[in-house]
Amino acid sequence: MAMSEEQTITIEVDGKQLPAKPGQILIDVTDEAGITVPRFCYHKHLSVSANCRMCLVEVENAPKPLPACATPCADGMKVFTKSPLARAAQKGTMEFLLINHPLDCPICDQGGECELQDVAIGYGNDVSRFSENKRVVADPDIGPLVATEMTRCIHCTRCVRFGEEIAGLRELGATGRGEHTKIGTYVKHAMTSELSGNVIDLCPVGALTSKPFRYTARAWEMTQQETIAAHDSVGSNLYAHVRSGKVMRIVPRENDAINQTWISDRDRFGYAGLDHEERLTQPMVREGGSLKTVSWDVALNKAAESLANMKTHPDEVMTLVSPSATLEEMYLAQKLVRGMGSNNIDHRLRQIDFRGDAADPQVSWLGVTLDDLERSDAVLLVGSNVRKEQPMINHRLRLAANRGASVMSINPLSTEANCTAGPSLVVKPSEMVKTLQALASAVGAGDDEMPVSDEIRTIAERLRSAADAVVLLGNIAVSHPDYSIVRDTAARIAEATGCALGIIPEAANSVGAWLAGAVPNRLPGGKPVAVSGRSVNEMMTPPPQCALLLGVEPMADVARGRALVNSLRGTESVIAVSAYVSDALMEVADVVLPMTPFSETSGTYVNAQRDMQSFSGLVKPKGESRPGWKILRVLGNFLELEGFDFESSEDVCNEVIQQCDDSLPDMKVGQSGTGVSKIEAGGVEATPYVPAYSVDAVVRRSEPLQSTEDARCVFRMHPQTASIHGLTDGNWAILRQGENHCSAKIVTDDELCEGVLVYASQSGDLMWGNSEIKKAETGVIS
Amino acid sequence: MKAVTNYVKSLFLFELLKGMKLTGKYFFRKKFTVLYPDQKAPVSPRFRGLHAQRRYPNGEERCIACKLCEAVCPALAITIEAEPREDGQRRTTRYDIDLFKCIFCGFCEESCPVDAIVETRLYEYHFESREGSVINKQKLLENGERFEEQIAADRAAQAQYR
Repeated sequence: MAMSEEQTITIEVDGKQLPAKPGQILIDVTDEAGITVPRFCYHKHLSVSANCRMCLVEVENAPKPLPACATPCADGMKVFTKSPLARAAQKGTMEFLLINHPLDCPICDQGGECELQDVAIGYGNDVSRFSENKRVVADPDIGPLVATEMTRCIHCTRCVRFGEEIAGLRELGATGRGEHTKIGTYVKHAMTSELSGNVIDLCPVGALTSKPFRYTARAWEMTQQETIAAHDSVGSNLYAHVRSGKVMRIVPRENDAINQTWISDRDRFGYAGLDHEERLTQPMVREGGSLKTVSWDVALNKAAESLANMKTHPDEVMTLVSPSATLEEMYLAQKLVRGMGSNNIDHRLRQIDFRGDAADPQVSWLGVTLDDLERSDAVLLVGSNVRKEQPMINHRLRLAANRGASVMSINPLSTEANCTAGPSLVVKPSEMVKTLQALASAVGAGDDEMPVSDEIRTIAERLRSAADAVVLLGNIAVSHPDYSIVRDTAARIAEATGCALGIIPEAANSVGAWLAGAVPNRLPGGKPVAVSGRSVNEMMTPPPQCALLLGVEPMADVARGRALVNSLRGTESVIAVSAYVSDALMEVADVVLPMTPFSETSGTYVNAQRDMQSFSGLVKPKGESRPGWKILRVLGNFLELEGFDFESSEDVCNEVIQQCDDSLPDMKVGQSGTGVSKIEAGGVEATPYVPAYSVDAVVRRSEPLQSTEDARCVFRMHPQTASIHGLTDGNWAILRQGENHCSAKIVTDDELCEGVLVYASQSGDLMWGNSEIKKAETGVIS
Repeated sequence: MKAVTNYVKSLFLFELLKGMKLTGKYFFRKKFTVLYPDQKAPVSPRFRGLHAQRRYPNGEERCIACKLCEAVCPALAITIEAEPREDGQRRTTRYDIDLFKCIFCGFCEESCPVDAIVETRLYEYHFESREGSVINKQKLLENGERFEEQIAADRAAQAQYR
């Protein structure tokens, strides 16, 4: 305490005594005290560049005004932010900034929310004295997300610093000097960063604006409502800007513990899929082979009837819940199914291997908080393209790596990581287990002695020597056919090295699903079930009698999509509660109940670090659609089940909280023992992953995201492997495995292992291991 | 005393005569009413009648969808939707004025940075259905074309006062 008191100094700003730390930046102190100092280039999460000169203030005994964003505080310093000298300096800077800035605010998309506009009101002249020609700069096309109007740029370089410091990609930069300075991509290309949308918020003027939002609304027309991101497991805090019943755009809401001030492009532009034409707005029932629009009453009666028939043989029920469904929806779904005497409910749609279910942790989560992750000294990522899967977790890893931590990885694919500091192994998918077992043996937790390579020895060494280390299993590891062995080995490695173990949850409410009991072997609160129900795979064979799908698109959301659809074809009644129409769903569904997406319902998401974050609906439900929790509550009432008298989603949430213990459990994985590897080696080994913009129903329908480079499906192969099969860059090819197939263009990548084909699975079916690849003339599969 | 004067005044209908005197004075004066609709009263160049949207001489519509008129409208009579036009310019896709709501204050005209939305001298118009009160962009542009000469002359005459 005495130490920190010693470290506090006092400065005087405009006659006010303010406490400060020695060396603290002056503008931080004035911001804390609520004293306005105008600025453009300063941003608290970026480095100081002091190039806009707008924050000039007078400091006693300094010969000239000093920039507040680059002046460290010293004891007894006297600062005047509004003295005649400071005012003259600020006004002069403003006039210079406006020399080349167009004065056509009415056609600028930033008008009404522009920092330059606001500051010009206070510090600008009424009339421009500049009668010469203004500079004009051509607008580069930097992709489908960010619109440019570089004539408006004031060269604050926030976007440039963001690229270097936060996104980890030097995509934007300044070329030329003085009046000829231009901001742009050095070589003409689209921005590929998964965080690129943040430059829209950073840009103080209208030079970088949102392309999908362009010219559609003004800041003053919209109401700002708080919400939570629904497309990854970080649960970034968001503001939705809503105008006349429509979400117009999404911007970040500051939360230092979760997303700081950034959000991923997926969270920012996902909203574009909310009002897609494929939205379901009417309940439907199958009559005589085709789906007919009916009233809610008829549809609910039909659904309840099918479910009531199952009370006598509850084991033949299948309940699949989307991991993006809200906590309330999941809880009510499991309450409904368990009320009928069945434990057949699962949300782990992209998992293939369930052999480790008995060793499942009480609740599967990240294992550490995001802040702890940022502070850790060594991180081993197993099977994770974390940058695209969970951009905000990757951001924390990057901050850790910048601090000097080792961020290492063992992956079946090359990952364009922007924060690797340490060995990053790319292995064949069939050798994932072997590699991990070698690492286990290197840290002394292996069953047998195995040959250990230098890189693995380095990983082992760093994990062992680090004070805070984490082993993280990513989304690719979870969908691996040998996930149980991978997890078991990773758990043993973590235990032997004293690391924390974490599983990166896939979707917005993956952790919530464990707390709500939407797993066959867990009751609400993560309590174990006496007799465990069936997992996704087991429910498919034999085909269930009755299936309840909550927000699940059978093809695209499920690792064994085709098998599921085949199974549902043999199912007597399929009740689909869904927000969107999809071909496979419409083919198999017997009762379709239109549900609202997250924007139109109140609910709760539990993020990777187990923060329960509730949100309320942003706009009214579209058409006849209703919030999922209301649909399930009414279904419960129709079935005359106990305890379905909820009046609000908060009631449901409170009931879940009651069933959770006060302290949530640590991440602890039991021993599942080593099984037999299920992945078939040889041939071309396919390694599928779910691309960032195909993860859930909403983003799959977001047109701006679908037109980005990241949404493109390609086959990546080592050039040598490609040439063995007579393929080169740009060739069309068909990949087949059993009855599954998909086609894409070939891209060669020499960071991959030979004999491996990495592909983005957009159709949902994940083909792992031995597959057949053939050259094709077109992308059409005959 | 006062009661007596009042009594005499009311007895001789003095107030009535006073009124008749005023009426009589106007009866013989030159008339200043006009025989509407055959004759029309003069209209000020600042008159705020039916709205119109203007075009530039080259035919390009002036409105840039800045939405300032929508924001300033005290009666919330204006509804605008905008999106980038094919050539990337900021343009309206919908511009509706509800004449039932409009109070003809002229704020829209004053706020317009490009003199696109104006109020013309036209005060004679009608609609035959409730929906007819909402005039859309096409109608506004037609009005603009019809009265452009007058509109331009009025704006020019008033330019020095604005």
